[in-house]
Amino acid sequence: MYNVNEKGYYGEFGGAYIPEMLYPNVEELRKNYVSILQEPSFQEEFHSLLKDYVGRPTPLYFAKRFSEKYNTKVYLKREDLCHTGAHKVNNTIGQILMAKRLGKSRIIAETGAGQHGVATATVCALMGLECIVYMGAIDIERQAPNVARMKMLGATVVPANSGSKTLKDATNEAIRDWINHPTNTHYIIGSVVGPHPYPDMVARFQSVISEEISTQLSEKENRTAPDYVVACVGGGSNAAGAYYHFLDHPAVGIIAVEAAGQGVNSGKSAATSALGNIGIIHGSKTLLMQTADGQITEPYSISAGLDYPGVGPMHAHLFTSGRGEFISVTDKDAMQAGISLSKLEGIIPAIETSHALAIFENRKFKPDDVVVVNLSGRGDKDLNTYIKHFNL
Amino acid sequence: MNNRIQKKLQQDKKLLSIYFTAGYPNLEDTVPILKSLEANGVDMVEIGLPFSDPLADGPTIQDSSTKAIQNGMNTATLFEQLEDIRDHVSIPLIIMGYFNPILQYGVEAFCKKCKDIGIDGLILPDLPLAEYEEHYKPIFQKNGLSNIFLITPQTSDERIKHIDAASNGFIYMVSSASTTGATSGFGNEQQSYFKRIQAMKLKNPTIVGFGINNKETFKAATEHSKGAIIGSAFIKLLTNKGIEGIASFIKSIR
Repeated sequence: MYNVNEKGYYGEFGGAYIPEMLYPNVEELRKNYVSILQEPSFQEEFHSLLKDYVGRPTPLYFAKRFSEKYNTKVYLKREDLCHTGAHKVNNTIGQILMAKRLGKSRIIAETGAGQHGVATATVCALMGLECIVYMGAIDIERQAPNVARMKMLGATVVPANSGSKTLKDATNEAIRDWINHPTNTHYIIGSVVGPHPYPDMVARFQSVISEEISTQLSEKENRTAPDYVVACVGGGSNAAGAYYHFLDHPAVGIIAVEAAGQGVNSGKSAATSALGNIGIIHGSKTLLMQTADGQITEPYSISAGLDYPGVGPMHAHLFTSGRGEFISVTDKDAMQAGISLSKLEGIIPAIETSHALAIFENRKFKPDDVVVVNLSGRGDKDLNTYIKHFNL
Repeated sequence: MNNRIQKKLQQDKKLLSIYFTAGYPNLEDTVPILKSLEANGVDMVEIGLPFSDPLADGPTIQDSSTKAIQNGMNTATLFEQLEDIRDHVSIPLIIMGYFNPILQYGVEAFCKKCKDIGIDGLILPDLPLAEYEEHYKPIFQKNGLSNIFLITPQTSDERIKHIDAASNGFIYMVSSASTTGATSGFGNEQQSYFKRIQAMKLKNPTIVGFGINNKETFKAATEHSKGAIIGSAFIKLLTNKGIEGIASFIKSIR
């Protein structure tokens, strides 16, 4: 009911609004992705790489001191411990195996802060495939360490100089590359966005997160589902993965945390559910931030991973159907939550993740509620921002 | 339905169609450009409604779109500028744009406005065939608008036949696997693609776009098709020489 239907829609959201030049590529993927995914050899290779290369299953950690502070039971799903430092690699492992089975020899990707770019460059190195990563010229300047990582891994980083020179433009450039290379190239999209079947395919690869949560909860709490699952949402891939197996369990509260930036109504925000309306971005009908005459606007968040003017169609549907509870958190409150978790638990979270952790200040839970927060990434990449913000 | 596009396609000549981005180089250039194109013998015009994220376009059209938006161009402004266009210009006019601005305006309201002004067709590269057939076809038809679909060298014969059946004007034949403005010259690969499509004997004529920028490419593109569209090269002309350059540019093509 909250998953994709046979036409590629989540409620009224989704579809494949793509130029004809992309149709053969997307159609090839749409026709084949489910059967490839279900091949035993695919599943075996995917899970073996997740185990031995990525380091799965990631722990489900009971955050004792954090729980005491907020008087509820908080578990952290430690995606920050994945190889490359975030959940992103679950998807790139899956897609590189998909690309190989489709006979593709050239991989392209977009990246904002560089996390998805690094995760893509990593799996391309692993498989010996050519890798081209599009990154906004402005992001290249402000994310130098990740640019260096991608280069070390053998990827070519191409600056996107069009439009606002950030993530949305990097995505446009990757799509244009795909148009110009219609047969040998696979585009590894980094989130649950883009034309069908991408949102569904990426969600399936990330769904290992909720699958593990369920198993781990049965060991620790003697139950298979939490009362709440909390995740930050930019495009929404870590959230889709954390929610996936609980979407059709109405007893599980689904909480999505968006970036309010400097405040939802400040004009510098990325809270798409609050500020967006229905439209088309990157081939998908979804909620997006735009002007009254349909030009896509620039979002803002201190966290590059949440700085996207749209949201995946699954999340748009969770929002409008009321299945998900959407909360937005400002830069300032997120940064504070990042410091707070560091000091209470010895875990420095990515600033994206800090948004999810910040909701406990105002959103109260019952003492015996089991609340799982998807700790989507670690904060190493954000040290400069933390240093600047707190004069560390 | 028998609009200006369909009448024009019946003429016994190769058609020259020009694309330009509305609001570029200057906000008020739309009508003067249209008048000049007609005066210089252009057969048909695609008026580009600028969009912030034009996925199928190369740098030239992207830049012209960004500039046009900065100049203040939007859907309502374009319609105001075109209000009396049929008092001055009689060649077929097509609006080419991405689907999102039209969705925001309202598809029904947009199509009705097009009819009132005298627009003959739409080219919306990111409105898929299936969506059009399921939701929008009756709205287009009610307002006398031809919906122009794209095909590429990678489009399967089966899909080309489906597109041909759904079309009621011409088919926009993208010359190669590329964004706009990316190619130069047509080699054997393109010629055999043009011939392959010609041999399919579709009910709609084809007009070739992408990569046409001078007399040679216009001639090569129209050898096996009804006409050709020049976009990026025309935008470059406007950038370099402005409206005054149009007459000599068109003369240089044929």
